[in-house]
Amino acid sequence: MRPSEPSAASGQGGAPLGVPTKITQGSGTRGGIGESTLRPDGILKVTGEFAYSSDLWHEDMLWGQILRSPVAHAEIVSIDTGEALAVPGVYAVMTYDDLPADVKHYGLEIQDTPVLAHGRVRHHGEPVAIVAADHPETARRAAAKIEVAYRELPVVTDEASALAPDAVLVHEDRTDHHSHHVPHPNIVHRQPIVRGDVAGARRRADVIVEGEYTFGMQDQAFLGPESGLAVPEEDGGVHLYIATQWLHSDLRQIAPVLGLPEDKVRMTLAGVGGAFGGREDLSMQIHACLLALRTGRPVKIVYNRFESFFGHVHRHPAKLRYEHGATRDGRLTHVKCRIVLDGGAYASASPAVVGNASSLGIGPYVVDDVDIEAVALYTNNPPCGAMRGFGAVQACFAYEAQMDKLAKELGLDPVEFRQLNAMEQGTVMPTGQRVDSPAPVAELLRRVKAMPMPPERQWESSEGADVRQLPGGLSNTTHGEGVVRGVGYAVGIKNVGFSEGFDDYSTARVRMEVAGGEPVVTVHTAMAEVGQGGVTVHAQIARTELGVTRVTIHPADTRVGSAGSTSASRQTYVTGGAVRHACALVREKVLELGRRRFGSYHPAWATAELLLEGGKVVTDDGEALADLVDVLGDEAVEAEEEWRHRPTEPFDPRTGQGDGHVQYSFAAHRAVVEVDTELGLVKVVELACAQDVGKALNPLSVVGQIQGGTAQGLGMAVMEEILVDPRTAKVRNPSFTDYLIPTILDTPTIPVDVLELADGHAPYGLRGVGEAPTLSSTPAVLAAIRDATGLELNRTPVRPEHLTGTA
Amino acid sequence: MDFLRPASWEEALAAKAEHPTAVPIAGGTDVMVEINFDRRRPEYLMDLNRVADLYDWEVGEESVRLGASVPYSRIMEHLRAELPGLALASHTVASPQIRNRGGVGGNLGTASPAGDAHPALLAAGAEVEAESVRGARRIPIDDFYTGVKRNALAPDELIRAVHIKKADGPQQYSKVGTRNAMVIAVCAFGLALHPGTRTVRTGIGSAAPTPVRARTAEEFLRAALDEGGFWDNGKIIPPSVARRFADLCAAACNPIDDVRGTADYRRHAVGVMARRTLAWTWESYRGPGRVTEGAA
Repeated sequence: MRPSEPSAASGQGGAPLGVPTKITQGSGTRGGIGESTLRPDGILKVTGEFAYSSDLWHEDMLWGQILRSPVAHAEIVSIDTGEALAVPGVYAVMTYDDLPADVKHYGLEIQDTPVLAHGRVRHHGEPVAIVAADHPETARRAAAKIEVAYRELPVVTDEASALAPDAVLVHEDRTDHHSHHVPHPNIVHRQPIVRGDVAGARRRADVIVEGEYTFGMQDQAFLGPESGLAVPEEDGGVHLYIATQWLHSDLRQIAPVLGLPEDKVRMTLAGVGGAFGGREDLSMQIHACLLALRTGRPVKIVYNRFESFFGHVHRHPAKLRYEHGATRDGRLTHVKCRIVLDGGAYASASPAVVGNASSLGIGPYVVDDVDIEAVALYTNNPPCGAMRGFGAVQACFAYEAQMDKLAKELGLDPVEFRQLNAMEQGTVMPTGQRVDSPAPVAELLRRVKAMPMPPERQWESSEGADVRQLPGGLSNTTHGEGVVRGVGYAVGIKNVGFSEGFDDYSTARVRMEVAGGEPVVTVHTAMAEVGQGGVTVHAQIARTELGVTRVTIHPADTRVGSAGSTSASRQTYVTGGAVRHACALVREKVLELGRRRFGSYHPAWATAELLLEGGKVVTDDGEALADLVDVLGDEAVEAEEEWRHRPTEPFDPRTGQGDGHVQYSFAAHRAVVEVDTELGLVKVVELACAQDVGKALNPLSVVGQIQGGTAQGLGMAVMEEILVDPRTAKVRNPSFTDYLIPTILDTPTIPVDVLELADGHAPYGLRGVGEAPTLSSTPAVLAAIRDATGLELNRTPVRPEHLTGTA
Repeated sequence: MDFLRPASWEEALAAKAEHPTAVPIAGGTDVMVEINFDRRRPEYLMDLNRVADLYDWEVGEESVRLGASVPYSRIMEHLRAELPGLALASHTVASPQIRNRGGVGGNLGTASPAGDAHPALLAAGAEVEAESVRGARRIPIDDFYTGVKRNALAPDELIRAVHIKKADGPQQYSKVGTRNAMVIAVCAFGLALHPGTRTVRTGIGSAAPTPVRARTAEEFLRAALDEGGFWDNGKIIPPSVARRFADLCAAACNPIDDVRGTADYRRHAVGVMARRTLAWTWESYRGPGRVTEGAA
């Protein structure tokens, strides 16, 4: 029996069910871009029938289990696997000493993460040994029988302990490319951005406000825990079925550790239950492959929720210190800021997070004189890396709090003050990069402010108070007592795509042929569908470009070139761009074929601009020249090519100058909250959002992304935080019992106003959508709570203790 | 781990006598979490799902005999009039799926200070019907909780039912969590007015090693209501009395700092809930049918 193919995830296409919301491009083909076609996997997911990676099955498979460190920082004195190996049903136990190749580390940018701990563990939950057994419970019990002797070491937990004169180095003898320019080996990466004359500008300031802000550690909290199935192959290679965000990035890190060439490691995307950045790093991939190759049997690994909290990186917690100045008439003079991100024990995406936090550190405002510094620390806290909006999210929380503080100090309306300083097309960023596409910051604020306000005292009904509408909800803590409404605004800026000179490309293979008497298109990419809707949008692009209704999305695997990462809001832009490009190549080939076969029958074949529409070749006047069925005959037309967005530059290591970003995206939020000021409980009543998306390829998906990002930002504002004990660096709440994410009762109505101002550099003018709403949601809620309570609130998430003076 | 499946109550008692370490499981909403998290691995697990009468309840003259396995959703649906405090508490339990499975017997068996039912049982007044092959007994709820996750059951005893006094006056229940649904209590408070005896009873959850009553506060309020003739004249309770009652409830707490909240917050929140629930219940007592809105 073959493992479940992830065909459910990639979808059979099928007839588009969505009602077209607008006509685009004069396309005569239904289900093209601009329509709200439905996800092929949507019904399967809501009915529980979708096959996730945790559902993979192979009849003779073994189960893998990881033994993790119970302490944050320790020397490994000894490991005794004897008792574990003696457990009946155990097929293999492996430690660092059993790794087959010279390469024993991996990492997204810096290869600093040991596949299995070697002599030392650097964080709570670090993998130490792996076991394969014929039953998951056997594997778990055998892992518990591995005896590891630890000698605990002092923990590095914050900037002070990381940079103390006698600080333990989390990584000794660093040789990575950032190690030469960082001021201390416990700093992963540092990026200053300096522009203008801050000292001079400071003298012009009538008002200066300062603030210190703390941003907690958020978890991606995706639905499907890490899981996958590694199947050994006859040629000595391995086939890995895996839920990930970037197949080829995994491949590049996995193959060397296995001692295999990349073509002997085949990868197929399995059903992904959400990602949000948490699947950019490897989790169980190498462990499953190692055990499969060692035992010659397929090996499945599935984390439970508890292990998942240790099995992926989290959002960087941060300390942010800001100084903003403004003139009496409300013009920003300068911004100074220092952002300290806690990267935890391994680098992961920390360098890129630093790049974003610094380059986007002052927000979507015009400020000529800036002095920005962002650093990421190595500590013994849990490793932190990618999560939706990274770097920009932490900064937005702080600079938006500062903007409110300044507005208050100046006696200005917070929205008008922001509009007065809002960037626009042509603005020069602190990096020196000129923004060369629409940047409707003031307009987004105007729109979100203009939306109707939710009615007051919605909880009142003829039968008394409806507690579901009140802070505390069904817990019945108030019937209106102590409840005060507050309103807050925020706006943010996020980069789209990979920045700082990264060669950020995608590959698409598109094939057109006749099947069942009609033209059919197959789109094959390695794009990881993690819920973002690429499978829907890429089919829409193919329909629009090739005039064919039936489009099949091929399962994502490594038999086609890299599609880059499903992150940085980039897949519609970059892989979508690649699909469009490959479609254009196919169209040319089809027209060439048509000219060869039918060119002599009609002069327009030679003279007119020809399109593919409704299964036909048509002239730009709409005259049909031939059916695609006839043009193609029994030939299949195929094209595969890499496609790149325009290049970016690295930031100068001293000044931070450089055209580092591909595209910017913007969203604004208005939060309306009701706070039980006595109990410190918060009900977010409404979170309205306005966002510019350039072009909504699938309006329904766009709104879904905006609402999802908004809800994730709300979670960060009022409940989501991984608590790490500052003395031991151990995680205190690794479960959904104590790591809370919003329920439907916590999630307000989210009216969305979508603006479409085309970016001429992007395919169809589109702008990446997924991350921007996560930025401004959190500070908008915080601003609303401040408005309701009058408290300063310089940390997020806000807990009841912070609102009641009982922290 | 051995799995015992008694087909009747008698078989269950016999099995428990034979294997006193056996952990009974009904809805499994507590026990399974412990097992899944590997926090405990009992030698024997005793499935009580085949013991049908544990799902029954009887409404008597004075009290309701509630089978140990009656799910919270049933309490909310059928016993709202007789057990208003417990019905409100049931509303705050986890999610609909869990309310369909979990029952009061499990809450009592685990005896976690965070169990949602305890403050309502303490406030209403209740007796736990425990039984073993040696015989049956009724344990007053006030004597039931003996320590953190410990109760007064003997190793061979099982909980068969709980006898809860039918409400003779208004009851309220409030719980603080850091989410608006599906949340474990940071702290909880139950209050029942007993006009028959002119007393009030309270219950506090998650703010001491065990669920507790605020006895000093109860006594203070009893005396104050008596003295002012409030039970007869139905006047609004003076804010000073409500405040004092709230302070005494807060003082009855003996909380800790943990991942869910600080001790200071718990004390504070119990005080606020005590004041508000007193206002709501008293408002109901003064004029039946009045809306409770804005009563504080």
